[in-house]
Order: sequence, then C-alpha cells, then structure tokens
Amino acid sequence: MRVSAQIHVSAPPQAVWEVISNPARQLSYMSGITRWEVVGEQPAGLGARYRILLRVGSAEVGGLIELVEFVEPREIAWTSVTGVDQRGRWRLRQASDGRTRVELRLAYGVAGSGLGGWVAEHVAAPIVTGHLRRTVQQLKGQVEAEQVRTRAAARRTAKSA
Amino acid sequence: MAPVSTVSTQARRNGRPPEPVTASGGGSVITRVLRSVAGQAQRRIPRADLDERDPDFIRERLPLMWLVASIWFRAEVRGLGNIPDSGPVLLVGNHSGGNLTPDTIVFTLAFNTYFGVERAFYQLAHNLVLAMPALGSLRKFGTVAASPGNASKALASGAALLVYPGGDYEVHRPSWERNRVDFDRRKGFIRLALDQDVPIVPVVSIGGHETALFLSRGDRLAQLLALDRMFRLKVLPISIAVPWGLNVGDMLGHIPLPAKITVETMPAIDLRAEFGPDPDLDEVYDHIVRLMQDTLDALAAERRLPIIG
Repeated sequence: MRVSAQIHVSAPPQAVWEVISNPARQLSYMSGITRWEVVGEQPAGLGARYRILLRVGSAEVGGLIELVEFVEPREIAWTSVTGVDQRGRWRLRQASDGRTRVELRLAYGVAGSGLGGWVAEHVAAPIVTGHLRRTVQQLKGQVEAEQVRTRAAARRTAKSA
Repeated sequence: MAPVSTVSTQARRNGRPPEPVTASGGGSVITRVLRSVAGQAQRRIPRADLDERDPDFIRERLPLMWLVASIWFRAEVRGLGNIPDSGPVLLVGNHSGGNLTPDTIVFTLAFNTYFGVERAFYQLAHNLVLAMPALGSLRKFGTVAASPGNASKALASGAALLVYPGGDYEVHRPSWERNRVDFDRRKGFIRLALDQDVPIVPVVSIGGHETALFLSRGDRLAQLLALDRMFRLKVLPISIAVPWGLNVGDMLGHIPLPAKITVETMPAIDLRAEFGPDPDLDEVYDHIVRLMQDTLDALAAERRLPIIG
C-alpha cells in the first residue's frame, strides 16, 4: 500500500530541510510517531539508522529504518531493516512562487500475509494517510512560524542598529 | 490407554515430571474411556521446542491480528516502554476470556509490532491447548506447554516469556469476578524469576472477561470427573457464549463478544533489588498481586459500560 501527502510551505527548501533532517525534531511534528531514536554513532546522513514506532489502530508499528538517500535540500528516503516492511521518502521542490512543495510518501505492507494482509493494509490506509497529512501540516506550521520569528528578529536588529 | 513408559517419555520431553495419569486399575467404563481420551490427549502434546517459533510466520499473521485487535476489540496497549529493550524478562499477566483469550492475542500483537518479530518471545499455554489440532500453529507463535522446565529454558535462551499464573483457574472465573486478579496463590512464577534472575513485568488487562457470560469454573464437576488427574484440568467451565448458548467446557471455543480490551504494562520489578537477596515468596506474591489489582481497579474505573468500554 502506498500513501502520500503534499503541502506548500512558505519558506525556502533549506528551511524545511533543517527540520526534516534533524532527528531531534521528528517527534515535534510527526503525527502518530511515539518513538524516534538514533541507533548507532551516526545521528543523520546517508546510512543513519533510527528505531521508530508509529501508532496505527491498536498497535505501535515500526522497527529499525535506515536512510538510503540523503540529498540536501531535496530528498530523504529510508527503508526498513527490521519490523514491518516500509519505504518512505521526503521530496522538497522549489515552487515558482518562492514557496517549497513538500511531499511525504510511505509504502508499507507485509509480503506473504495474503487476503488478511490486503484487507489490513486497506483498513489502515486512511489512518496512515491521516498521520501523513497532519505531519506535513504541522511541519508547515513549524517552519513558517520560524520564518516569521527569524524575520522579526532581523527587523529588531535593524531597528536597534 | 497409553503405556506408562510412553506417557512418561512424553512428559520428560515437555520438561515436566512424569505424572501418574496412566496408572492402571479397575473403575467404571466411563473412567476407562476418560483415561483413554486422556492418554490420547497426552500423546498429542507436542515436544517443547523453542526452535518451532517462526518469525516469518508471525510477521505474515500480524496484519490479520491487527485487524482483529483494532476493529473487533478496539484494543489499547499502554506502557510497552516499561519492558526492558533487551534480555530475558518474565511478563506476568492476569488471564481472562475463557479458552479463547483475547488479551493474549492483543498483547502478542503489541509485543511483536513494538519490538519486532526478531525478538524472541514465548508464551506458556496449557498442554491441552497445544494438543488441539486446530491450534497447532500456536507453536510457531512461540507458545510452549506450561511447565517449569520449558519456562526456564525460554528465559535461559534470553527470550521474553509471558506467563499466566492463574491459568485455567483464573481464565474461567465467573463474570462477577471479572475485575479481580486471582492467581490462586500460585507462586511458581516468582521462583522462576529468582532462579533465572530476571525482572518481572506485570501485564494487566481488562475487557477479556466481557466476551461471554462466565457462570462457573465448574471445579467441583472437574474433580468429580477426575479431569485434574487425567488432563491437569482443575475446571470444567460453564458459560453462556456465542454461538452455543449454554457452553460447558468451552473446548470448541466460542465467538467472543466485541468487548474493548485495554492492556497496561507496568514497570519492571527486580525482585532481589526490592526484596533482598533471599526474597520471601509470600511477600513478593502479595506485593505483585496488590500492584496488579490496583491497576486493574484503575482500568475498571475508566470503563463506563461493559463491552463498550
């Protein structure tokens, strides 16, 4: 099953990148995530590993994931190492109006789970999609609020100078 | 009737001492038939083999279990972070819901999705449960016959082990005792934790006993029919359940009502750290049961209506 959510953020891609590439900030905007821990010595970048859990219905589902693409400030992709099979991707693209188009994709499933798995994936899809939508909305809120604060700080500095 | 030697061998293979269930002698036709059935059942009990747990099999069944837990039981599992991230641990639960125990399904799903199927996790079950042909796949989930030997073996391998000290006595208690933790003063789990030097994590669940109307354990009836000696069954439960109506024995299971299941995992208890190098079993037992009962009372206070939750 593949689900996704998109949004436009009124900020440059680098500002969005600073948030989505920082493991310490994941719990602050990702909806449904109950655990996001760095595993190993490498906190970020290609090959970084995290132990994550996402609450879906009655279960906290997740496992160990590894970043398999890390192209600043455009793409972050991951795949599962253990736990439920999943692949995810952040795509950041500069829009023509100066904003950033943000897309979050997630593909998940359990190979060999048969009809029960097919039904479960479709029943879970609206829940997972809801998490993705809230995630991009909360990301937009955080990044845009930081942009406002940054501009206000710049104005205060200019006035006092 | 199974020869004594066969049953004894079977018992040793399951890690428990031989039992005199096949002692020959006279008796009525009914007694002989029951003994014959007991022998058949004993022979069906599979050899306890931790290697039978199959992570791929479990992973492939998780979606269906998730559907059942999320849609039918609207299950909620809290506090899994209280379970140590690695190493052996003894999970001690209260048991509800008759022979078809929804709290076990819900907790097994929660444990496997939280820690991943890669972490070894075993559950102890009554011998007869494992002997039922339809439930043979339980062994692939990591279910092994309840015995001190099997429990020690699982913990010594570094796995997490789920036990229900109350067993058949607690799981068939009457519905009006549904919010009561009742281990029948069985303290084997404490000896096990001390012998293996592992922490105990209490797991308290509510809602499982609202999946049918449980009328009686039928313990006197079980005694009368000598089920204890022949099958290690202390009860012959009587309930009203779908689709049977009056359900005696619950041997074929039942369709559980869609009661909301809530499971609370409590902080780990290091027995020697809390009770000294040589803990008193009664003191530990009373402490753990009191903690679990307090938690069950709190969970019960959250519920507004039976089944609905």
